[in-house]
Amino acid sequence: MKALAPRTLDEALLQLTQTPDLRPLAGCTDLMVSEPEDRRDWSGVLDLRGISELRGIEWRGETLEIGAVTAFSEIRDSPEVRQSFPALAEAASRIGGWQIQNRASLGGNMANASPAGDSLPVLLVLDAQVVLVGPEGKRSVPYRDFHLGYRQTALGPGEIIGWVQLPKPPVGATQFFRKVGTREAQAISKVVVALLASVSDGQISDYRLAAGSVAETPVRLTEVEESIVGRALKPEVADLAGHLAAQAVRPIDDVRSTAEYRRFALAQVVRRMTLQLVR
Amino acid sequence: MTLLGSSPPRPDGASKVDGTLRYANDLPMDGAWHGATLRSPYPHARIRALQWHPERAPAGAVCVTAADLPGPNGVQLLDDEWPVLAAELVQHVGEPVAVVAAPSKLAARQALRAIEVDYEPLEPTLDLSTAGRQEPLYSLELKSGEAEEELARAHLLVEGTYRTGHQEHIYIECQVMSAGWEADGSLVVEGSMQCPYFVHRSLIHVFGLTAERVVVKATPMGGGFGGKEDFPSVIALHAALLAKACGHPVRIAYDRHEDIIGTTKRHPSVVTHRAAVDAEGHLQAMEIDVVLDGGAFRTLSPVVLSRAVLHAAGPYRCPNVHIRGKVVRTNTAPNGAFRGFGAPQVQFAMERQMDRIARRLGLDPLEIRLRNVLEEGDRLPTGQTMDESCSARLCLEKAARETDFKQRWRHLEAQRRDIADGDSMPGVGLSLYFHGAGFTGNGERVLQSVIEAALLEDGRIEVRTAAVEMGQGCDTVLPMMAAEASGLELEDVVLAPPDTSRVPDSGPSVASRTSMVVGGEVAHVVSEIRDRVLAWWSDRQESGAAHTVEDGLVRGEKGQSWPFREVARSYAEAMGPLVVSRQHEPPEWQVFDEETYQGVAYPTYAFGADVVEVEVDPDTLEVSPKKVTAVCEVGRVLHEKLCVGQVEGGTLQAVAWGLMEEVKLEEGRYLNDRLATYIIPTIKDSPEMEVHLLEKPWKGGAFGAKGVGELPMDGGAPAAVSAVENATGIEVDAIPATPERFLALTSARRQVPSEPEDPERARGADR
Repeated sequence: MKALAPRTLDEALLQLTQTPDLRPLAGCTDLMVSEPEDRRDWSGVLDLRGISELRGIEWRGETLEIGAVTAFSEIRDSPEVRQSFPALAEAASRIGGWQIQNRASLGGNMANASPAGDSLPVLLVLDAQVVLVGPEGKRSVPYRDFHLGYRQTALGPGEIIGWVQLPKPPVGATQFFRKVGTREAQAISKVVVALLASVSDGQISDYRLAAGSVAETPVRLTEVEESIVGRALKPEVADLAGHLAAQAVRPIDDVRSTAEYRRFALAQVVRRMTLQLVR
Repeated sequence: MTLLGSSPPRPDGASKVDGTLRYANDLPMDGAWHGATLRSPYPHARIRALQWHPERAPAGAVCVTAADLPGPNGVQLLDDEWPVLAAELVQHVGEPVAVVAAPSKLAARQALRAIEVDYEPLEPTLDLSTAGRQEPLYSLELKSGEAEEELARAHLLVEGTYRTGHQEHIYIECQVMSAGWEADGSLVVEGSMQCPYFVHRSLIHVFGLTAERVVVKATPMGGGFGGKEDFPSVIALHAALLAKACGHPVRIAYDRHEDIIGTTKRHPSVVTHRAAVDAEGHLQAMEIDVVLDGGAFRTLSPVVLSRAVLHAAGPYRCPNVHIRGKVVRTNTAPNGAFRGFGAPQVQFAMERQMDRIARRLGLDPLEIRLRNVLEEGDRLPTGQTMDESCSARLCLEKAARETDFKQRWRHLEAQRRDIADGDSMPGVGLSLYFHGAGFTGNGERVLQSVIEAALLEDGRIEVRTAAVEMGQGCDTVLPMMAAEASGLELEDVVLAPPDTSRVPDSGPSVASRTSMVVGGEVAHVVSEIRDRVLAWWSDRQESGAAHTVEDGLVRGEKGQSWPFREVARSYAEAMGPLVVSRQHEPPEWQVFDEETYQGVAYPTYAFGADVVEVEVDPDTLEVSPKKVTAVCEVGRVLHEKLCVGQVEGGTLQAVAWGLMEEVKLEEGRYLNDRLATYIIPTIKDSPEMEVHLLEKPWKGGAFGAKGVGELPMDGGAPAAVSAVENATGIEVDAIPATPERFLALTSARRQVPSEPEDPERARGADR
């Protein structure tokens, strides 16, 4: 198997056009432990980590841009992320363990397209945009249109993930993140939840809720959002939100947990986050 | 001399930390081929036909099936019921059906595809309750007093059924074995194993060779926990068969997936208790039914059951006890030795039962145990009278005092209802446990372990035992015991490698027996060499006798001194080789009747008490063990750091068995055969540990040591679950106590009563 390590984006795109069955990779934390059978179709790997254009965290006007190969430890420790996107910083600090966070990248988490990807519900509630680069140039898609199905993305032939753009969250919005895993670290999520909410004049004015590990892809729970926005901020709203969230998802029994527990934990976590708005 | 109890560095420490130590799969092996295993995809099936198609396999590849065995198709342990390779039937998913060898690992894997097997699937037995209706693999009974009569007229009858699950060893190093045949027809096998002579015996059994034509060498091990007591014999046989077939040395190295699906695990258990208790909470009678899931073959299950039955009543006084035990067969991988060997399962049940009795009487977990704790002079159900080394009360009181247990438990019990929504729920739990030292019953007498020491030409003494360093620290402790007994320096003692051509059969490295049994004998044989050297030296001195050895120096009565090593070297030069050997004899009074199960099952017992503190997440029911205070009375602490390490490691393994580790099976297939899905604790899941070591030396020898390897495995799980009960009010009688299980229990509204019931009303009607 051949391994290519381009230094520039143009070089990488050219190599990918010439050899379409190259597998792009960054931190390799998912691919390294994949089954040999899953690697059979690759003629080689394209290591994107050396491309400096794809690394870094930077404000561009009202948008924070994060390069696809930026490691979760950089995101976790970034003052910009911690200041404006604490839910993302929290997610980054709960992925794997320190060793994984040092290698794994935001773009990799997206490309891997697992229903349990810890950063993905956060991208959903932050209304992230993804910039894809390919032979035809750049195009930008909302993250919610990027992750199409179980391990399926909107990446076209020859395309790679370039950057993630996060619009500055509304002033006064509160962000929450909670991972319920099989253990404290090096765990794959049983349920992962992100919420961004704002309150004005005693009413919930903005409520963006997403969850992972409860369906084939991470999901924005729009039905819940629609029912909650506009309601007066009272503890009963938290109960309602939890209840609706549990009804809105289709979790399964698998090796990590049960559908029953996932529904329960999701409801409880959503309720708790919403209650924290009340206090 | 104060070597014992100190903590000299372990000789294998640096090379394990810096990565230079070579484990079995790191060792070079010139011209070796690689072995691979074809495994049954069915839990139960008949093999209608098996066809090897060499033309479809990489060139030269060989295949060995049951039909090719030169001798009996059985792995010799207690008996040889366990097939080396499946013949007509497969009895569990992952059972070896054929093995192949090829020049490379990849080629060996490809060769597996050249075997065609036609299976006729049969109805599997997967459920313990179904299995229980069939003929058991083994059964036992232990009776003292009149339990049935006492139960019939009980003041308070408390019943409970307690369940524990599988546990996978997850030693860091998966199973590895290499085999090669010498030109003279002798067989050399080396690999990761706890018991070189078990492997030796199983090779002799199948190949019909004489003992000296089989050489077995144990390589440095990356952990065992019992998982390398029985299984290495299987993989050694496979490697030896393949090496014979292909004419090259062959190595088989399991990956984690194979290791999980193919090798032994801890026996799942269902233990049913019925207890008669008087108004003050004193145990009057107990009836205990122990059912262990043996998996597909008998393997070591009879002795696991024996230890289970002998520990089922816990370290408590009870005049009337009737224990019935059986191992049943299911179509899952055979279960075998695992740290604790049956004792953790039954003591989980006993400890939960004690908590249940306490609740029924409105007592706290400490009080019920204090009222029943086993003390010197009390008798076990076997009739054995506890001697002065019985320390159950000492451990219990120490653990309670160190943690202010009674007050904290009562406080948390009372405040449970007042906890604000969203606050985590704290809880504290207690367990009391014991562990019989060394082999069960007459095991040590049957073993006839031999320990040897030899004077080397350079004046050092070589200790020859089959004890294997698996992380537990025997390579550190055995020389310490030798030096302590003889007055030599640590550096004057060297260990021979555990190689059957160089060391006698000192028995297996199991049952927490290495320090206590082997170490005691090492002290004797080394001292005897010292005595012989000293006598010879004294004779040659003008001043005559009265020489002593201290700190590695031979001291004369006028204050002269000579390094012992120099003196010993002159002896070796003048007198030639000196070898001393000794057969271990258990104390005469250790007599056990295997028929009636009466007598002295173990010469002494180690005791322990754990207090576990947990916090339960109010939303997700996740349990975080925050702190464990473990009090272990081990007779004599030989190496403090290693001893504390054993207690910490065993306790963590026990807490994890109780709270998170779960082998998930579906129709006999493993769902979680990898480390991403078989969940063991990381350092972030590990509670703070406070270990208190106590000493009530055993008079029988080995400086009073009782063994420590398995003891801490007995207490962590019941104490953790008890703490969860204190925190949540949810009564848990099955482990692992995962959030999913709590949820099922919460939904069923099975909360424990907060107020004690009227014993009269509850009489005879518990659940």
